[in-house]
Amino acid sequence: MSDPERDAGDGGGDAGAGEPSGERPENDGQRFDRIPETADERVVPGRPTREEVVRWWEERYEVPPETWDGHTFWEKGNGKLWAFAADVVTPIGVEGLGMRILRARQEHWKPSTNAVQRFGREATKNVVVLDGEEATTFARGDDQDLPRWEGDWGYVIAAHEIAGDSEASETPRATGEAGDVEPIGVGLYLHGELRSTVPKGRREDLS
Amino acid sequence: MEPLERYASLLSDFDAFRAACERPLPSVVRVNTLKASIERARDALDAEGVAYEVTDWHPGVLRLEERGPGTSWPYFHGWLHGQEEVSALPALALDPQPGEVVWDACAAPGSKTTQIADLMDDTGVLVGNDNNLGRLSALRHNAERLGVTNLAVTNQDARNFSFKPFGDRTEAENRIEAFDRALVDAPCSCEGTIRKNPDALDRWSLEQIKGIVGIQKGILRRAIQATRPGGTVVYSTCTFAPEENEAVLDHVLDEEDCEMREWDAPAGFETDPGIAEWNGETFDPAVELAHRVYPHRNDTGGFFCAKLEVSA
Repeated sequence: MSDPERDAGDGGGDAGAGEPSGERPENDGQRFDRIPETADERVVPGRPTREEVVRWWEERYEVPPETWDGHTFWEKGNGKLWAFAADVVTPIGVEGLGMRILRARQEHWKPSTNAVQRFGREATKNVVVLDGEEATTFARGDDQDLPRWEGDWGYVIAAHEIAGDSEASETPRATGEAGDVEPIGVGLYLHGELRSTVPKGRREDLS
Repeated sequence: MEPLERYASLLSDFDAFRAACERPLPSVVRVNTLKASIERARDALDAEGVAYEVTDWHPGVLRLEERGPGTSWPYFHGWLHGQEEVSALPALALDPQPGEVVWDACAAPGSKTTQIADLMDDTGVLVGNDNNLGRLSALRHNAERLGVTNLAVTNQDARNFSFKPFGDRTEAENRIEAFDRALVDAPCSCEGTIRKNPDALDRWSLEQIKGIVGIQKGILRRAIQATRPGGTVVYSTCTFAPEENEAVLDHVLDEEDCEMREWDAPAGFETDPGIAEWNGETFDPAVELAHRVYPHRNDTGGFFCAKLEVSA
């Protein structure tokens, strides 16, 4: 089988064969294309590689690379990256493929709430542990002052303690006594403030 | 309530049936074990003081006593999904296995689809199809909230579903050309949802039913054709009308290579057999292997569920 990223071009497989650089394949926002494994295999300009995506999760949140072993990565739209739990043909003209995990192709990559809830349990870095009231504020979609955080600025994983142990969670416990912390969503931490990026459709008043 | 009078002859306890149809349904949630064990989800509900009762027949299907499922932390985390109790049956009948290729022909908004993904342990390929583009966003939203990553969402008319997007008739090693299992949870006259939606029967007419039956037959036939020999197809509706249930099965047993298969409903969940005769019309007696669910038997909505095996 030929290389999937190479097949992704509009030219039906003959893209890049000595053609002028102006006709290089571009990202087609209407379909899912498998992203290349490494930069050497990149054909579509600017497309993130699997290697870069796995490394980003590891460097930013210490999510172990093997977390993604069972998933293929896809791009649809401008920099929307998806994780799919199987292998299918590329490109593939479907409406959805697995879970949208990450927004790339911009200076600061942003993980999705759903990805953080599912895969952020493995995270041990840039996890902001919230108390009960803070967690409720965050889930409601509200921003809040949080002067105690001394980790990195930017997109962090907001988490809280909730009943029961999670076998998946490696996150250090907030107090050492209660259950493991569970990721709530993605926060943007800037200038002493934690902004909630919980999407409108996921916000909930849990007070 | 008039349409339901048709079923008086099928039930010796028709008054109990009619009384159940007039009671509202409890709020029910299913635990999504892709994100939390049943024990952990129940612990979290306990910790929040949300009262619930475990159903007699499934430890992960819980009846909430008061508030809706949305306003609790375990729901926010995607550990719970609001799903009518009886609608948890068809995925269990389908019995999908990890790693298989499974089709949900009429998937939106996704309660059964996400239950199938859970039973597959989020492995293999689950194709969730719906002909209504607007409803697909609800399917995607629900699947992602529950942490499902093995779902490919398609927007086709299920009656002539094509594998072309999946590399059908190409040389690709990872092409998909048949399903191991398929669920047809067909559009129907919704008589069984009267407890959830008292207006469900406002537009009821025999003419309307006759129109739907053609669609139901078309989708079920395509599901049987698209499933490999030896594979499983489950047909379900949320209605009592034999025209939409046993008569549809009778039709596909005639027209397609398939056979009815016995399936035992979960212990503690009481069903009635399919009927082989209705209004002077007789059906293949094998349709008696199907399950009719009447609201008064388990205090649920009404339902119909049948299991078929594709023959070689």
